[in-house]
Amino acid sequence: MSDSRANSYWKANIRLVLSLLSVWFFISFGCGILFVDALDTIRFGGFKLGFWIAQQGSIFVFVALILIYIRAMDKLDSKYDLDASAEGAKPAQEESQ
Amino acid sequence: MSVQVWTYLFVFLSFSLYIGIAIWSRAGSTKEFYIAGGGVTPLANGMATAADWMSAASFISMAGLISFLGRDGTFYLMGWTGGYVLLALLLAPYLRKFGKFTVPDFIGDRYYSQTARLIAVFCAISVSFVYVCGQMQGAGIVFSRFLEVDFTTGVLIGMAIVFFYAVLGGMKGITYTQVAQYCVLIFAFMVPAIFISIMMTGQPIPQIGFGSELTEAYGGGYLLDRLDGLSEQLGFATYTEGQRSTQDVFFITAALMFGTAGLPHVIIRFFTVPSVRDARKSAGYALVFIAILYTTAPAVAAFARTNLINTVSNAEYAAVPEWFSKWEDTGLITFDDKNNDGIIQYVGDPETNELNVNRDIMVLANPEIAELPAWVIALVVAGALAAALSTAAGLLLVISTSIAHDMLKRTFMPDITEKQELACARGSIFVAVLIAGYYGINAPAYVAQVVAFAFGLAAASFFPAIVLGIFQKRMNKEGAIAGMVVGFTFTAAYIIYFKIINPAADSADNWFFGISPEGIGSLGTLANLVVALTIAKFTPAPPAAVQEIVENIRLPGEPTPR
Repeated sequence: MSDSRANSYWKANIRLVLSLLSVWFFISFGCGILFVDALDTIRFGGFKLGFWIAQQGSIFVFVALILIYIRAMDKLDSKYDLDASAEGAKPAQEESQ
Repeated sequence: MSVQVWTYLFVFLSFSLYIGIAIWSRAGSTKEFYIAGGGVTPLANGMATAADWMSAASFISMAGLISFLGRDGTFYLMGWTGGYVLLALLLAPYLRKFGKFTVPDFIGDRYYSQTARLIAVFCAISVSFVYVCGQMQGAGIVFSRFLEVDFTTGVLIGMAIVFFYAVLGGMKGITYTQVAQYCVLIFAFMVPAIFISIMMTGQPIPQIGFGSELTEAYGGGYLLDRLDGLSEQLGFATYTEGQRSTQDVFFITAALMFGTAGLPHVIIRFFTVPSVRDARKSAGYALVFIAILYTTAPAVAAFARTNLINTVSNAEYAAVPEWFSKWEDTGLITFDDKNNDGIIQYVGDPETNELNVNRDIMVLANPEIAELPAWVIALVVAGALAAALSTAAGLLLVISTSIAHDMLKRTFMPDITEKQELACARGSIFVAVLIAGYYGINAPAYVAQVVAFAFGLAAASFFPAIVLGIFQKRMNKEGAIAGMVVGFTFTAAYIIYFKIINPAADSADNWFFGISPEGIGSLGTLANLVVALTIAKFTPAPPAAVQEIVENIRLPGEPTPR
């Protein structure tokens, strides 16, 4: 793979990771900790919203983030023709033993 | 059949299963011993990672801690799951691409330095030791209560079992036993949770029961409102409100997240799958499997707390149920009838409170408190042991690979044959089991707290060094070494000062910026990052070959050129 293609693959990867991590931060540290008291004024069913995000909602979001990441990276890999080799390639651990 | 008989039956069956798997999958080469031959499917690896990850702390202690901490317990829930996002996005795929066997392998090669490798070995061993002690302690609690052997004997039995299959199968044996252990532990955690949820709210899904109304028998109204009401009435802190300072909760959560992503026994699991793509996938599977338990735990915490208060508050001591007296025998529940009225006053005020309940017993006692059938109680015991043993095995493997592979093969004795290396790996597990058992018997603090320290140390040493190694091509050995040393030393010193040297000073007034020892790892991580980046700026760039490795691990597929 040429350097410029490798470069743009890496940039796309970083963009994806950063956007997912900002959601991660906003939900966990933002909604779950910093704004939890404000969100607690909203209720649904037997839950206060802030409490629910802190104890359950955030975990569902984490799962969703990783699943989105897996799909997006698979797409990115096939766009850059990295998926075929990704399946079969063995990293260089044989010769280092 | 009595609880005792069921317990022996389940424990015997599950242990035979693990031993059977260990014999079937014993390792013949170092590659099998260290990374299970590198051919584990993402689904199996996801389950194994989940079992590896969910320790005695997650299974036994966490829901109990949450039921006493209320909303503050959030840091365990978010911290121990949110770290997987970091692990999946920032570490797992790249470390898989890098290949090799261990975390010190990566640190040593990426930072082209034996010093860096040895520091990583030291950090990996200390983190794993702290962590494995918590597991042994957990196994000891379970054995002493349910098989009615004494605590020390309990720890010894746990040690013997782990030793057997870790030594025989290495990573290969551990991986497949962990798959079985995941199934046992998740079943054991969910069954009582579902039972209790149906009983208390009529809702079979505990995650939903958590926010539902109680049945008539329990007095109606939403569970959480009821719990808040009960807590206030007895002078405890309101369950759904926080007591700790926001910054402390923030920093503890961060320390647990960075620690999760930096724990060597979790990271090495991603070396066992065939490709980068599989590494990503198995991180996803792992979090899904973990989330099943982690979203149930807060519900279990609330159910258990409500039930405990309902059962013991203002109950007559002479008429307490059998489980109460049995836990009293282990010293984990204590009752001191201060006003001699023969009635249990369980209240928030320490002056008049007469009951002390060890938090570690809540999950184990919960099915008994709710009067579930005997087999459910026995199932929980088997689950708790599965959780403790699977994690202990993973940790012992890290210790043994660090010694046999990183220290001997890669540093001091590069000429040893594979057979000798394998023998060393097995020998070091033996020594590690003995030391872990000793500290398991003589350990400080609650299981989950002991474990929280391991996280702080992992966060402050590995996490920044690995992330910078992947995302900062310019990061050199001087920066990485200084960062790891500063991060680790700072975190360890802070914890040792407040927990061992001067425990009397362990209160919010004396803490740095109000950050408790449990949360200091995040400050250590920050210190590591700042020191590493600053020093790297003023020292020479890494050699071209190393920069090439970095470029290479960023792309899936093509093998690393050597």
